[in-house]
Amino acid sequence: MELSANDTPTPLSALRQTELSRIGSKRIKGFALVGALLAYLVYVFFAFDIMGLADRARMDNAAILVSDSVTHKTHVTRDNRSGAISVAIEGSRRATYRDEQMPEWVTLEGQNAEIILRDGHRVTYEGAVITYHHPAFGPIVIDTANGVDLQLPQDQIPEFINAASNRVSITTEAGRLTVTRARTETMRYFFGWEMFFFDLESPFSGMSVSEVLASVVSGPRLDAAQSNLSLMVSNVWYNGIWRHGDVFWALTETVLMAFLGTFGAALIALPLAFVAASNFAPSRVMRFAMRRVFDFVRGVDALIFTIILSRAFGPGPLTGALAILITDTGAFGKLFSEALENVDNRQIEGLASTGANAMQRSRFGVLPQVMPILLSQVLYLFESNTRSATIVGAIVGGGIGLLLTQAIQTTQDWEKVTYYIILIVLLVIAMDVLSGWLRRKLIKGE
Amino acid sequence: MTDMTRPAHDLTGLDAIRHDYLRMTRQRQLYTGVLILVFIVLMVAGFDTADSRNAGGFWEGLNQIFDFPADVISEAIEKAANLPGHIMGALPALIETINIAAVATLIGCGFGTLFAVLGTRGLALWPALIPVFRRITDILRAIPEVVIALVLIFVMGGGPVPAMVAIALHTAGAMGKLFSEVNENVDLRPVEGLASVGANWSLRIWLGVFPQVLPNYLSYGLMRLEVNIRASAILGFVGAGGIGYELRNAMTFGQGRFDEAAAIFIVLFVTIVVVDQISSAVRHKLTHGGQ
Repeated sequence: MELSANDTPTPLSALRQTELSRIGSKRIKGFALVGALLAYLVYVFFAFDIMGLADRARMDNAAILVSDSVTHKTHVTRDNRSGAISVAIEGSRRATYRDEQMPEWVTLEGQNAEIILRDGHRVTYEGAVITYHHPAFGPIVIDTANGVDLQLPQDQIPEFINAASNRVSITTEAGRLTVTRARTETMRYFFGWEMFFFDLESPFSGMSVSEVLASVVSGPRLDAAQSNLSLMVSNVWYNGIWRHGDVFWALTETVLMAFLGTFGAALIALPLAFVAASNFAPSRVMRFAMRRVFDFVRGVDALIFTIILSRAFGPGPLTGALAILITDTGAFGKLFSEALENVDNRQIEGLASTGANAMQRSRFGVLPQVMPILLSQVLYLFESNTRSATIVGAIVGGGIGLLLTQAIQTTQDWEKVTYYIILIVLLVIAMDVLSGWLRRKLIKGE
Repeated sequence: MTDMTRPAHDLTGLDAIRHDYLRMTRQRQLYTGVLILVFIVLMVAGFDTADSRNAGGFWEGLNQIFDFPADVISEAIEKAANLPGHIMGALPALIETINIAAVATLIGCGFGTLFAVLGTRGLALWPALIPVFRRITDILRAIPEVVIALVLIFVMGGGPVPAMVAIALHTAGAMGKLFSEVNENVDLRPVEGLASVGANWSLRIWLGVFPQVLPNYLSYGLMRLEVNIRASAILGFVGAGGIGYELRNAMTFGQGRFDEAAAIFIVLFVTIVVVDQISSAVRHKLTHGGQ
């Protein structure tokens, strides 16, 4: 195009004009993009019914979750008909106190009991009469001789008492009392995780750390058949409430799924990747077919493989491992074949000139070039698969994922849920560190 | 190998080098051999353990592996006329799954950007807090989505929000790490230039850093969208909403409803392939297309 002084503006102002209009249109595009994003978020706000969430959300559940994850409660339960009283942690049969272990805040005498709660609160069972001694409010008497009869020291019913014709429950800061015709139950709350190391079956139950240590080092044998150290280890391992041994196996299963899945997939994908790489493929048809196989495997989601495999193999870690293996074979096939296509041909030609055959060329010319890339990808996926293995385990029923879903579905053992979550996070972080360390060690050579 | 048996003091310079080289090679081969042996032992022992702890054995299962797909396919073919209807019926759930993934990716990338900028040396607003932000991303990355989703389902009830929050938190952690790696390669001269004309921190980041890193961020974000669609389908299966939930319902009804399961399989497969194709085309344009 020819410039003349008369009919065009000066070059500088023309330049300015075009630049300004370009900036202007860019700015409009930017605003349009932001506007579109906002419109989308508004749409989702209504599609997800965020307004209705406030009604559906159960904040009391959240409160239970938070308080229960750091506390535990002990139930003192009386069967009003037989008069039998049991004292058990979380009301669990496996954590019932035997007579000689009875905690000092409970005094039992046949059908009668005195339970001392915190802050001067006290509950007594005297035959059919149950009394909650509230230091501020006064004694609350419940007579179960004829139905459930509530007698209050004051006229109006305070809000911490929930009374119906056949059931009274009193919930205070210090504890909780529930009375029906059939059952009387007092709960006292304690901070911390109960019997994390020793359950009530164990002779070490109730000992302090120094007592346990002293007994292990020099105490008399608590069990004639084995030393105190091995007794201690086995008591912790077979703890009836926390089941440390089972949890350990569950973690092992999760790691196993990730390990077998990731490395199995890498072993299968490596030879297949040669078929799918343009510079090594034996024929175009095979290369095309292999690529479509990889695409198909990547397209069929891990979820679908997991479902199909758990039908065939049943629940367990092997099913999870195979699900991860098949899914990752697709991913590795694609990544590996791309890495193979980028190899430097000169080393291979050099080997060919010495008369090396195809196997030798791959072993000495190709693998040393691609190995660092492949290993780094495999190790990276190993770490991320530890996380996937938790989810896959929740679906196929294996590993820590299964324990976690079970604990959440019972909606009672939130301290266990907390424990499992902490273990999972520690496991993933450990795998992250391990895979990073291996990558540095194997690939960069220390 | 006769020359290797000669005493060491006999060696000339070249021989000494050769001797050392061969020794080093052999040592390395030994290490590699041991490593491979350990690996093989681990694989075999691991497979054995997994097999023994599984409900069904490997070899019996291998024969049954195609039973379920065959059931589903034969039932789907039998009731092929129902398929279009079922596919249409699955679309609302599919849209929910995609929405969960898209919103979670947007929110996660937003927070990831924040963590990345605050956690990169040279760009951080409070350099003393860099390790804090890095640890936050590490922890967010380490918690599997299913954990957060299950806990939130207990509190909020079922539906898309728990899944969305769970995926968004994990995405924030993952993107925080990837983005901060991108940030580390940023050319700091534009930032210094902006600082010299008095631009404040947000302007320095907005005008000096983002134009450099945006293509990379977008490319990672798109990759994450693919991952998140899969994750959102899986979380649906554990109880959050969307297509995974529909799939679980169709599966629990079992035989007789497999045509519905087949329709959902098809919808899920097509969605993943389509998103994969679109995102790889856009990413290709971002990295190679330039303007």
